[in-house]
Amino acid sequence: MELQFLGIGILTWILFLPIAGLIIILLIPGDKLKAIRITATAITGIQVILAAVIFRHFDRAIEGINSIEGFQFVEKYRWITVEAVPWFGRIEINYFLGIDGLSVLMVILTALIGFIGAISSWTIKKQVKGYFALYMLLVTGMMGVFVALDFFLFFIFWEVMLLPMYFLIGIWGGPRREYAAIKFFLYTFVGGILMMLVMLALYFSVAVPDPETGEMYHTFNILHMMNPAYYVEGSILAGVDTTWRYVAWMALFINFAIKIPLFPFHTWLPDAHVEAPTPISVILAGVLLKLGTYGLLRISFPIFPDATMYFMIFMAVLGMISIIYGAFCALAQDDFKKLIAYSSISHMGIVVIGIAALNTQGMVGGVLQMFNHGIITAVLFLMVGVVYDRTGKRGLYDFGGLANQMPKYTGIAMIGLFAALGLPGLNGFVSELFSFLGAFEAYRWIAIVSVFGIIITAGYILWTLQRVFLGNTPEHLTSLKDLTTREMVCFVPLIILIILLGVYPAPAIELMNTSLSYLTQIVTVPAY
Amino acid sequence: MSEHVLNSIGLFVPEIILVASLCIIIVADLLLKKRTHAGGWILLASLVLCFFAFSAQSGINTSAFFAMIAVDPFSVFFKVILVISGIFIVLFSMQNKELIPYKNRIGEYYMLIAGMMLGMFLMVSSTNLLMMYLAFEMTSICSYVLVGFTKKSIRSAESSIKYIIYGSVSSGIMIYGMSLIYGMSGSLNIFEIGAALSGLESAPIFSMAVLMITAGIGFKIALVPFHFWAPDVYEGAPMAITALLAVTSKIAAVAMLIRLFRVSFTGVDATGMMAIIPEGIRWDMMLAVMAAAAMILGNLAALWQDNIKRMLAYSSIAHAGYIIMGVVVLTDQGISAVMLYAFMYLFMNLGTFYMAMLYANKFSTESIEGYKGIGYRAPFTAVALTIFLVSLTGLPPTAGFIAKLYIFGAAINAGWIWLVLVAGVMTIVSLFYYIRVARNMFLYKPEGETEPVRFDNFTTAIVLLLLTPVLVLGVYFTPVLEFIKHSLVMFGVQ
Repeated sequence: MELQFLGIGILTWILFLPIAGLIIILLIPGDKLKAIRITATAITGIQVILAAVIFRHFDRAIEGINSIEGFQFVEKYRWITVEAVPWFGRIEINYFLGIDGLSVLMVILTALIGFIGAISSWTIKKQVKGYFALYMLLVTGMMGVFVALDFFLFFIFWEVMLLPMYFLIGIWGGPRREYAAIKFFLYTFVGGILMMLVMLALYFSVAVPDPETGEMYHTFNILHMMNPAYYVEGSILAGVDTTWRYVAWMALFINFAIKIPLFPFHTWLPDAHVEAPTPISVILAGVLLKLGTYGLLRISFPIFPDATMYFMIFMAVLGMISIIYGAFCALAQDDFKKLIAYSSISHMGIVVIGIAALNTQGMVGGVLQMFNHGIITAVLFLMVGVVYDRTGKRGLYDFGGLANQMPKYTGIAMIGLFAALGLPGLNGFVSELFSFLGAFEAYRWIAIVSVFGIIITAGYILWTLQRVFLGNTPEHLTSLKDLTTREMVCFVPLIILIILLGVYPAPAIELMNTSLSYLTQIVTVPAY
Repeated sequence: MSEHVLNSIGLFVPEIILVASLCIIIVADLLLKKRTHAGGWILLASLVLCFFAFSAQSGINTSAFFAMIAVDPFSVFFKVILVISGIFIVLFSMQNKELIPYKNRIGEYYMLIAGMMLGMFLMVSSTNLLMMYLAFEMTSICSYVLVGFTKKSIRSAESSIKYIIYGSVSSGIMIYGMSLIYGMSGSLNIFEIGAALSGLESAPIFSMAVLMITAGIGFKIALVPFHFWAPDVYEGAPMAITALLAVTSKIAAVAMLIRLFRVSFTGVDATGMMAIIPEGIRWDMMLAVMAAAAMILGNLAALWQDNIKRMLAYSSIAHAGYIIMGVVVLTDQGISAVMLYAFMYLFMNLGTFYMAMLYANKFSTESIEGYKGIGYRAPFTAVALTIFLVSLTGLPPTAGFIAKLYIFGAAINAGWIWLVLVAGVMTIVSLFYYIRVARNMFLYKPEGETEPVRFDNFTTAIVLLLLTPVLVLGVYFTPVLEFIKHSLVMFGVQ
């Protein structure tokens, strides 16, 4: 499947449009705020249209994961090539993009959340030019991770996100922004170094023959790394179930667990969320956290199936702890943003126990939960942003009786909160159900304990609803205005998706079912 | 015989250009007292000429002046790096405000830089211990004077004295080590030394001689434990000279270390693999420990610095550690990684020093705390400085990332996992102090004056000249790899 505009593949367009936007924004004088905002919104808007085109043309029946034929919209060019030298072999790095059932939903999510984030960024008043320039860079980084199939490229995009994120939190954040920003940077940088070391070890362990000359050369191609036949005899990561493979898996896992974030690597998240400005919280919870689970599925699972099977219970236990621990922490919060941050940890735990089950239901549930959670938390953070913009407060006890004052807002917030709770009929329910079904089949007790997390979730969400929206409106809140049109534009597409996928999740599941069944098969029935 | 000399002179053109310019600068200084930077322009022109002379030397692989120096792709590669950095150093010097009070003597300054460049050219190409020593001393003596050039500043004078004392002791130790080697092998020619040593059994005296020579060269590289001079000297010297010490002479010393160790102390064992000679001494382990120590000490000490020059001094100690990792590996892959690192390091580190110099000129502060809010007053240069620092940290998509990737890759491939782990952890530590500068520039509001600061076009052009390679080489580095691939040929080494 190929799709090109002006001779350039659709994935390159969707990936590098924000870079074009970045250049345009840098050329606009800093005081023309409106032009800058419109540029950013338009660029991300075009990304959404491209994502829709991808959705329309995506072939649901192709498997993907480990063969280039299975990927769609593939673009593969030589990027860095140095011909053979006796002491180094050939050096080859490819510009290799493609999507399959695993990544297509993430690409759509990134485009959508990027667009919503850009609209909600219109409230940013300080240093607008710098803000949107960094925002564009961030969007490219996120999109790049989801479409890259060359480990080198994947790594570059992974690390490119750090710096814009650091400044976006550090300059435009709340009072403790400096601490939160460096904490985020440090945690993810530690993970990045670990991933770099594994990447190098994989590079030197894998060698593929050139189809024409038969000469063996090392490669960063992720698909080749999945093929046990390509591992060089005696290299560090060759073999099955070796100590070095376990070590490498663990290093990758720590990197991804930091991003997810999984207990005990989660402590950066509440700080980053609380201090980040609203649109950045939306991006962070909506897309960035998914990079962790996506990395597990794209890299760890198919490249190290042996180690994945070995550590399956370990992952599930960490997922379980995250679900319960995150929910309990959320129960204890009186800061609205912190509550959502901890609920994110809890909900990402569900993704992990779903995918760690290594069966099709669990995988589908997990990936769908990634998408759904992205949309739901985006709604929740936008919701906090609305009252925070109006009052400058976000303590749960600062509010009350908003239902009387802001009916539209309350309606939307209710849908978002109930979706997070997992109410049947809304999208959260479907994916949580699948995840738990898969988990129950694989490891009964862990699933049973984890389900209690849902009860606690119901507890904190209902309590929040009661504290913020019900009761009498205090005196200082009586002048609050309901949602503006711009805010409605942010909310409406997300709410439609929440309801649509709750009632009829088939379009999303169809996209990924084939690929994920195949992935399950690769991991559980290894090729050797 | 006379034919050999004539041939040798033909190979010596770049050095001759430099010597000629050195003489012209002295004369010009006498005639044109008023034109302060005339010497700088002359030196600049001669360096550009050298650059072209080097491109004419590509592909030559021979020995000159009775095996005193080698003109081979390896030395030409490093000389190109030296020339590029020399050009930037001259450009920096023309803008360095610290030098203004000494403008009557500025001719001497450029003459000394020319002498130092000549010394470094010889360092990377000599193939004889005596020649190595002479080249080394020529570089050192010029740099002692240059460090103390702003002699009315107490710090400069102090650091010059410190540098002389440390430098003369180290070079004394080095020549002692060389004389031991001469005693063992009966030759000063590094190829003959290699041949003589390959048959010998290990003895403590060899380890001692190698250690002594390492002490001398390690002093120039600022490798731990020979680094004690670096922070004080870097802080006291004029900024352009600090950059010269941190980048140019360090790279020259690394090249000399590689040539000596590769030719004299590395042989081929029975299985055809590269091995250390004489058998039994472990200079690779010794260098690995020094590299690890340099990374740990450099990065941890840099955390506590407030003066940007001191911070960069410790950071350059840490980078010496990363570079030496490639030498430890002992393979051509390691050496090529070192060459790549040197090439990338050149631009990112010179860029950082240039920004530090500009800010010292404009805001008269060398304190990192004094950088608060600069991001809002001088956005372009602040963004550039941030990119240089990010590159020094080793984050993609900058040149520094590629450099680190190749060094780490060479070490992993050779099985030095513990060393790579140390380097990885220390890279994380380095994030703190590099990002601290960016944090002060962007996360704080300016204190006191807030109006924007403008830089002239000349400055902007230099910044762009340094910034472009850092960004472009981060995403497309094939040409550099190709260049290195062809430059990895050392005279007399198979």
